[in-house]
This record gives sequence, C-alpha cells and structure tokens, in this order.
Amino acid sequence: MPNFVFLWTDIALFALVALVIFYAWRVQRSETARATWARVARSPSAMGAGVVLLCFVLVGLLDSVHFQPRLPQAPDAPANAPVVYSPQVVSLLDTLLADTALLHKEKTFSAPLAWLQFTKETILEEGVAPYRDFPRLAFGGAHLDDPESQWLADVSYRAGLGAGFGLLTGLLLSVLLLSLIARSRRRTDASVSFAATCGLIAKGRSEVAWRAVILTLLVVMLLLGITFGLASGYHVLGTDRTGNDVLWQALKSIRTAWVIGSLTTVAMLPPAIIFGLSAGYFKGWVDDVIQYIYTTLTAIPGVLLIAAAVLMMQVYIDTHPDLFPTAAQRADLRLFLLCMILGLTGWAGLCRLLRAEALKLRELEYVQASRAFGVSHLKVMVSHLLPNVMHIVLITVVLEFSGLVLYEAVLSYLGIGVDPTMNSFGTMIDKSRLEMSRDPMIWWNLLAAFVFMLSMVLSANLFADGVRDAFDPRSRGFRPTRRSRLLALMKRGST
Amino acid sequence: MTSYILRRLMYGVLILIGVNLVTFVLFFAVNTPDDMARLAIGGQRVSADAIEKWKVERGYDKPLFVNGAASGSEKFTDTIFYERSVPLLRFDFGQSDAGRDIGWEIKNRMGPSLALAIPSFALGLFASISFALLLVFFRTTRLDFWGVVLCVLMLSISGLFYIIAGQWLFAKVLRLVPYSGFIGGLDMVKFLALPVLVAIISRLGPEARFYRSLFLEEIGKDYVRTARSKGLSERVVLFKHVLRNALLPILTGAVSALPLLFMGSLIAESFFGIPGLGSYTIDAINAQDFSIVRAMVFLGAALYIVGLIMADISYTLVDPRVRFE
Repeated sequence: MPNFVFLWTDIALFALVALVIFYAWRVQRSETARATWARVARSPSAMGAGVVLLCFVLVGLLDSVHFQPRLPQAPDAPANAPVVYSPQVVSLLDTLLADTALLHKEKTFSAPLAWLQFTKETILEEGVAPYRDFPRLAFGGAHLDDPESQWLADVSYRAGLGAGFGLLTGLLLSVLLLSLIARSRRRTDASVSFAATCGLIAKGRSEVAWRAVILTLLVVMLLLGITFGLASGYHVLGTDRTGNDVLWQALKSIRTAWVIGSLTTVAMLPPAIIFGLSAGYFKGWVDDVIQYIYTTLTAIPGVLLIAAAVLMMQVYIDTHPDLFPTAAQRADLRLFLLCMILGLTGWAGLCRLLRAEALKLRELEYVQASRAFGVSHLKVMVSHLLPNVMHIVLITVVLEFSGLVLYEAVLSYLGIGVDPTMNSFGTMIDKSRLEMSRDPMIWWNLLAAFVFMLSMVLSANLFADGVRDAFDPRSRGFRPTRRSRLLALMKRGST
Repeated sequence: MTSYILRRLMYGVLILIGVNLVTFVLFFAVNTPDDMARLAIGGQRVSADAIEKWKVERGYDKPLFVNGAASGSEKFTDTIFYERSVPLLRFDFGQSDAGRDIGWEIKNRMGPSLALAIPSFALGLFASISFALLLVFFRTTRLDFWGVVLCVLMLSISGLFYIIAGQWLFAKVLRLVPYSGFIGGLDMVKFLALPVLVAIISRLGPEARFYRSLFLEEIGKDYVRTARSKGLSERVVLFKHVLRNALLPILTGAVSALPLLFMGSLIAESFFGIPGLGSYTIDAINAQDFSIVRAMVFLGAALYIVGLIMADISYTLVDPRVRFE
C-alpha cells in the first residue's frame, strides 16, 4: 500500500462531493425539488454543459487523491527491512498518465507534436565536429527512425487509432445509457421498445435532454481519444520553458480551478446566511450593525482587500517555516487560505440578497404563526426561513463559480493568487504571456490555458443559466435589485 | 434634501472609520512594524539598531492603540493608529515607506488614469447599450440568438486574453499602435487606442446581455403595448419609449460607478504601462509598501461612498416616484 497524503484542499474537495451527494439524495426524496431539477434536465445546453463539467470534475477528483508511492526494496535488503516511500507526493492522475508523454520531461520549449526541440543546441557526437542544430526530443517522436518521412503517417495513425477507440467507448457508453433509459421507461409502460426510446431521444422529444448528453459525450470521447492517442508518442500541446508538458499542466490546473471556485463559495456561505437571515429577521439594531459591516466591506476595493490579506498570510507563512514540512503542503495551504480570504471578503453580495428575502419572509403568516406558538427564533430561522432562501443560495453558488475561476487568473497575474509553484490557469498565463513577443512565437502555452479555461468557464456559465432558469427567479420574487447588480457589474468592469 | 445628504455623509464618515480600522488591523496587528522593517531593510543588514532606526524615521516606534506611557488624551493620540488614521480623514496621505509624498503621486497619476478610464467607460457603456438595443430590435430572430451566444462566449473569456490578443494583433502583427507606454499631449491617443478598445470589448459580453434582459423586461410593459396599438413604428417605440425608461437604472448605476474611475484600472494599466493610480497600487502591492496600499484603500472607499450618495440623489432627480425618507 502506498502512503496516502491528505492535503487540506483534498479533504475539503471530497467533503464537498459528499455534500453534493447528500443534496442529490435529498432532492430525490422531495417531490418539488425533483420537479425543479427536472426543468434543468430538460434544457439541452445545461445538460451538454453538465457532461463537460462532469469530465472536469472527474479529472479534478483523480488529481485530488495524493499519495507517496512505495519504493522497490533494495536487492540486498533483509526480509524485515522497513518499507520505504518516495519523498515525492503524486496524485492518482499522475499514476494513470505515467506512460504517456504528459509525464515525460524535455529540456525546454518544444512545439506541439514536434520531434525536435524549439531551440538550437551545440551537439557533440563521436567522430564529428561539434555543430549547432535542433536536437531530437527525449520523448516526443523518439520512436521514429526517420522522422522526416514517418512523422505524418505516424501522427495520423495514432490520431486515427485514438479517435476510433474514443468513438467506440463513446458509442458503448451511449448504448449503455440508452438501454438503461429504455429499461426505466419499460417499468412504467411495458410496451415501449428499445428502438422507440432511441427514436424519441433522436428526435429530441424526451423529458430529459438525452440527445444533448449523448452528442456531447461522443464529442468529448472523440477529443479525448485523439488527444491520448497522440499523447502516447508526442507532446500534444508542446512543452514549456522548463520542458514540462503543457497538456499535463492544463489538466493539473483544473483541480486548482475547482478548489478556488467551489471552496470559496463554501467559505462565503456561513457568514452570508447567518448575517443575512438574522439581519432580515431581527431587524432593529442587529440589522443596523450587519448592514454597517457589509457596507464597510464592500467599500474597500476588492482587489486591495484581498491583496492585503494575502500579504499578511505570506508574512505568516514566511515566519513559520517549521509548520510546513514540504513545499507541496505549503502551496496547498496557501491555496486553502486564499479560498478562505476570497470567501470572507466576498459574502456581502449574497448577504444583501438574503437580508431582503428574509425581510419579506418574516411577515408571512406561517412565520408569524410559529412565533405565536412560541417557537424559538433559532428554530424559526432554521426551519422556516432557511429552506425558503435556499434557491437564492444555490443560484448564487453556481453563478459565482465561473467568475471565481476567471478571477483567479487575474489574482495570480497580480502576484496575490496561488503559489507560483502550483499549476493554475493564472500562473500558466502569467508565465507564458511574455513568450508571445518571441520570434518565432511560442503560442501553445497560452492556447492551452485559453482552451481549457474557456471550456470550463463556458460550460459552467451554461449550466448556471440552466439552473437559474429552472429555479425561476421571477415567479419566486428573487430579483436582486437592479442597482446592486449594476453596481457589481460596473465595479467588476473597473478592475 | 440637505438633511438627507448630510445624514448620508455622516454615515459615510462612519464607514470610512470602519474601513480604516479594518485595514489597520490587517496591516499592523497581524504584521508588526518589526516585520515590516525587516522586510524593507532586507537581507544581511537587518539588525536591532537598523530596525529601530527604520521605525523611528517613519514613526512606527509607538504603541499600536493605547499608549500607556503618555497621560490624558495623549494616551490615544500618541499612537500609530491615531497618527496614521486621522490625517487620512483630512485626505493627508503622508509619506510612503519609500519616503515619497503619496498625495503628490496621486495628484500626478490621476491624469493618466482618467485619460484611460473615462473613454473606456463612456464608449464601453455606449457600445454595450447599442449592441443590446440591436439584439432587442431583432428579438426572437436568429440574430438575437447568436448575439446572445456571442455574449456568453465573450463573458467566458478571461480579460487577460483580450489584452494579450489585442497586443499581439494590433501591436505585433499589424504594427498599428505601440505595445505599451504613455506620453502626454495629443500623442496620447496612439497609446490609449488599444487599451480603450480592449476595455470596450471585454465589457461588451456581460453588459450587453444584462442590458438586453433589462430592455426585454421593459418591452413587456403595458405602455409599450399602448404605444404599438397607437400605430407607432417599432423604431419609435424602441428608441423613444423603451430606451428612455430602461436607461434610467443604467444611467444611475453609471453615476455610482463614476467616482471609482479615479482609481484607474489595475490590470490594463500594468499591462499597457500607463503610469496611473492602478499601476501605482500594483507596484505598491509588489513592493509591500503598506502606506500606499492603505492610502489607496482609503481613497477607494471614500470614492465608493461618494458614488453611492450620488446614485441616490440622481435616482430622486430622474424618477419623481422616489422620495427621500
């Protein structure tokens, strides 16, 4: 057994997954919640985006299982020698990708799918005078004897094989999904055949937007197949200055983005819910004090407040080096604290919404009635107010996510984001933006960050739109006042 | 009205005191002056004497909140907190840790910041509203659908990419404008054209989508139906009735954002090398110069409060239904 390492953010991420599963279980049992989520399921764009997000979640979770692998016993070791673990912490994702180009380092830059290095070097060979040329890569295309003539055939062979495998897996998964759907439909109506179900879905007339799910699944599988077919012999998106595979960095960045996006909203919820509900419920001086606190917080320019808090954290980490045994743990704690800082500085908006809603809810008859029956304040807030504002909380959480992923890039560029040693979209952009001015240009770092970030943020946005439409803000009176939304928009525009 | 504004101003001062307290706790209580001195002096020259000298030079050698050694009111006035906070309320920012006058820097850097911020804000607002109007005019057609798709796509792209792509395309490939830099006078236009363009484009996605939903909400109202049933053309309905009514909340929102333009834009200024307040702040963050950061926090908070009050006033001016409580 390898030695499992539990980093702070790993624990938080898995706790979150458990929370989501618990929520899904609750939804399953409640008629109304199921009906609302069924409305999300009817939207093709939300379901397609959901499939993409699920793939990102999978990568993020695989990358969150950290351990120190066991080193092989020395040949002359005695039988009862203690087990030795590698000092390096790796994740499950790294182990799965060990045989591909993703984990093989080159010396420095190389273009996507290249077999030669990007920069020239002096090459020393036996019997020949030293000369300057582009050296062959250590891994990319190393299996080719005569790359000039074989490269195109080899690349298309690998891409084709990968595409075939990807498509086949996608089709198998789709058939599996279809037969599951057909079986559940047959349970209510025995006369429905498999072909009829397929026809219904192909026409896009099913209750759940299965057509979008299956099409997205096929496209994702095809892309994955091509990528990993090529990654068996080449660096698909090239390598960076230190020779690390860019695709690998992008995959690693996904986890950072998830942590920032999800953990921050979780850190934001307790103050927002507690303060927002009690301000709206108690009114009077409690309301005044809470309003004063969040107005003060919003008055401070967001980036500066975060910068100040991050600088303080940095000083603390620097003065307590003994608390962090490894660099990975230090970087991880920094990420964790960054999420906490972002959450604790960003709860004002949600708090304002919840306060307004609680002000309305407290006047309703059932709340008044339970007060008259002598139910305690806490009980009223937990069992009558909280369930009735949960839709606002949910909508805010999904809407906030994509903004936070984008914000991380800005913060990392400003030097107050994640640890520079940690892979994230922000550090990728920051490291590669100056390479654009080289000639010939090095574009693949930025392209990778751009493509991965866009697909993640776009699918998050589409999914969030689906959720927002389903939980139908208008009919339930969830309208953040125009002014506060405008203000938020303009404030964001000015940074 | 005067008493209302006065009351809001008093509340603003109260908030400024709160802001000051928060930043003070963040900067001094967590990070003691000793730490700051060590960081500023740096390396091997750190010694007890050097730290003491650095602190005395900058007035950091006093207690934080309560001075036990002094008597009377001096107990509270002869402290770092008092000496660093009260002048801020008079907008006297004092000296940075590097020994330069912050007020002078702010005065000099406000010009370039505004030269970038005002055109980007005005043109950006205009472009977003026009695009939203276009989408609304062609609502329920394909153009509207793809326009919204474009908006969602554009708001999913990080602002950094717009800047990098803009610099690459216009400065490197087309060689139309310089990469970065700034000079005064008319030549300013050459340096500001690209940053302004990038700012407009990066704001277009989220804002146009939001304004479109505002317009659509307005279009469903009764008076619009009345206007149509009178036989007015779609153009007149849209530009004369809908636009005017929907513009009210947009413009009052813009008024509240106006004062914050003074703060400049952090990212754009540092990318394009414009010597404004945004890049000043970034340099201060990187150099860990807490005096500047505190001054900027204070300035930002004050401007934010001014914006809030201005928005309240403009609301009552343009919408007779709103009254001061």
